[in-house]
Amino acid sequence: MKSLANIWRNLPLKAKVGVGLLGFFILAAIIGPMVQPYDPSAQTPLTMAAPSAQHWFGTTQEGQDILSQVLTGIRLTLELALAVGVIVTVVSVLVGVTSAFLGGIWDDVLSLITNVFLVLPPLPLLIVLLGYLSQQGQTPTIIVLSLLGWPWGARVIRAQTLAIRGRDFIDASRETGEKNWRIIIFDLIPNEISLIAASFVNTVLYAIGASVALAFVGLTNVNSWSLGTILFWAQTDSALQSAAWWWFVPAGLAVALIGTSLVLLNSGLDELGSPRLRATRGTAKVAGHRIWPTDPTPVLAVLQADRGRFGSFLYSFSRRSMLEGNAAGGDL
Amino acid sequence: MAPILEIDDLSVAYRSAGGDVHAVEHVNLTLNAGEVVGLCGESGSGKSTLAYGATRLLRPPALITGGSVRYRGRRITQGGDPADVLTMSNRELARIRWREVAIVFQSAMNALNPVLRVQDQILDAITAHLKMPKHEAREKAATLLDLVGIPRDRLRAYPHELSGGMRQRVMIAMALAADPEVVIMDEPTTALDVVVQRDILAQIVELKETLGFAVLFITHDLSLLLELADRIAVMYAGRLLETGTASAIMREPAHPYTRGLLNSFPSLHGPRRELVGIPGTPPDLRDTLPGCPFIPRCSFTVPACSEVDMSLARPTGTGTNGEGSDRPGLITTDSHLTACPIVTPEEASKEGVLS
Repeated sequence: MKSLANIWRNLPLKAKVGVGLLGFFILAAIIGPMVQPYDPSAQTPLTMAAPSAQHWFGTTQEGQDILSQVLTGIRLTLELALAVGVIVTVVSVLVGVTSAFLGGIWDDVLSLITNVFLVLPPLPLLIVLLGYLSQQGQTPTIIVLSLLGWPWGARVIRAQTLAIRGRDFIDASRETGEKNWRIIIFDLIPNEISLIAASFVNTVLYAIGASVALAFVGLTNVNSWSLGTILFWAQTDSALQSAAWWWFVPAGLAVALIGTSLVLLNSGLDELGSPRLRATRGTAKVAGHRIWPTDPTPVLAVLQADRGRFGSFLYSFSRRSMLEGNAAGGDL
Repeated sequence: MAPILEIDDLSVAYRSAGGDVHAVEHVNLTLNAGEVVGLCGESGSGKSTLAYGATRLLRPPALITGGSVRYRGRRITQGGDPADVLTMSNRELARIRWREVAIVFQSAMNALNPVLRVQDQILDAITAHLKMPKHEAREKAATLLDLVGIPRDRLRAYPHELSGGMRQRVMIAMALAADPEVVIMDEPTTALDVVVQRDILAQIVELKETLGFAVLFITHDLSLLLELADRIAVMYAGRLLETGTASAIMREPAHPYTRGLLNSFPSLHGPRRELVGIPGTPPDLRDTLPGCPFIPRCSFTVPACSEVDMSLARPTGTGTNGEGSDRPGLITTDSHLTACPIVTPEEASKEGVLS
């Protein structure tokens, strides 16, 4: 628990904002369907109503409550994205680590498969496949996105594993008689954790973008409520032409903010996997001055004497600076 | 001799979550022009931290918490005021580094770039600090290799094509590239066998004689310093325990720790004797207790030891230039200083050290 608090304290501000934003959306996804005020599909006579006390985000052309739709949509979209992220990460780690660590025939075969998947053109394939499978909920989308998403991560992780496999500490573990799986899990993976985490976050981002885009063009089950299908219906019922901004802005904003939070989060993951980066960052501020790793060794007395640019600007207004400035100039 | 690098009351700490680690505490050390000063102590005693801190090469968790470092090189000060290293900006430091104070790093293996030829790395050092045409710079690089005893045709070699000793010589050649006044050598021979080690040390002494730079030589090998250095400073737990000329340290070590070090290696001459190590390990540098840090491992400890202020003073029981000492001809000049006012050299010799 203490180490968790430590990690949090040492995260850069960007990553903290990212974690906060993502946490908000995950919370919305978990409790959303419980707190949503209406059934998102229920049609009411109150059509195209602007936001009001009853309908915070307004209603659609069929009189459906948009807040309820967005809450359900966040859940479905995040479910899909996280599922794709987990599947892709697991597959790419399995493939990448196995092929690099075992080498030989394993490497040849797995690299071949990876390369074949790499050259598949994703967009046409997505459209063709989902054109056939679109009416069966989210599962086909998850499968297709995972199928096309893993080779990139697998290649990066294979390269990294090759680099780490040659290091002395891996040889040392092997000499002490460690089993392959133990070396992989306890020596190798911790060295790649930041890479794996970054690849997971990137995949989630890719899955959100792709699934929303596919839903927007109608290549999914348009009767379920995901953020993409909300946008699809807003487009189909020409919300923009009738100036019903409340229809597409909340869903669009949700997509944009989730994406932003993931990008921000990614910037903090580097330090998660590297104790050395963490150590320098935790102590990089001395006497109110930020010290960069490339700076010469800081001197405490100099830092304390130096107020910094902003500090000396403020100080120039103080009473003491006036007295100081006039010390040699006699009386005022 | 004129002092060239004056380290005055320097303290360096590493900031950590468990409190500051006081790696160097109130150290005074002066390096004179053309002199070899040996800095010796066990691992973690702060000798590298002292040298790198004084040149401001340490990375962030390190912080210089007090003291001053003054550099009096002729080219920088032109006979005027000494330059204060601790208030220098990045740019001013860049002017001093290598041109004035060069460093031979600990592992030649890691300090040389494996993908660049030896020539390019030496040329880098030359062109960064001296303005000279390319062919002249190349000629100078070749001369530098001559100086350290490597054939000129090795200029086009990559580091992996050289042996460990040759790499170390290349490092020394690079350090001399800009004709510095001070060369800091951080365990330059630690990874080498004794024959190559001896070769390189002889070379360093010879180069020093011809080029006239001062050397701060960091090592954990006191026996090596006794032969090489003009003066020796013994460091323990971030503090200097004793400084003095090599012969003074060898003949009448004043601090029990120095004595322990001298007892832990065999002498080539003289009768066989039992080698005695120093029991125990160095203290935790986070909580600095008052008094001598060597108390837990010292066999002379008395209650007064915990009130010693650790400032260096002349060893007790000896007079100026041997006066008041019952052994004439002892080298007890002002340059021999110890932090231990409790134990006298006489007691040490009674104990039979170095008999």
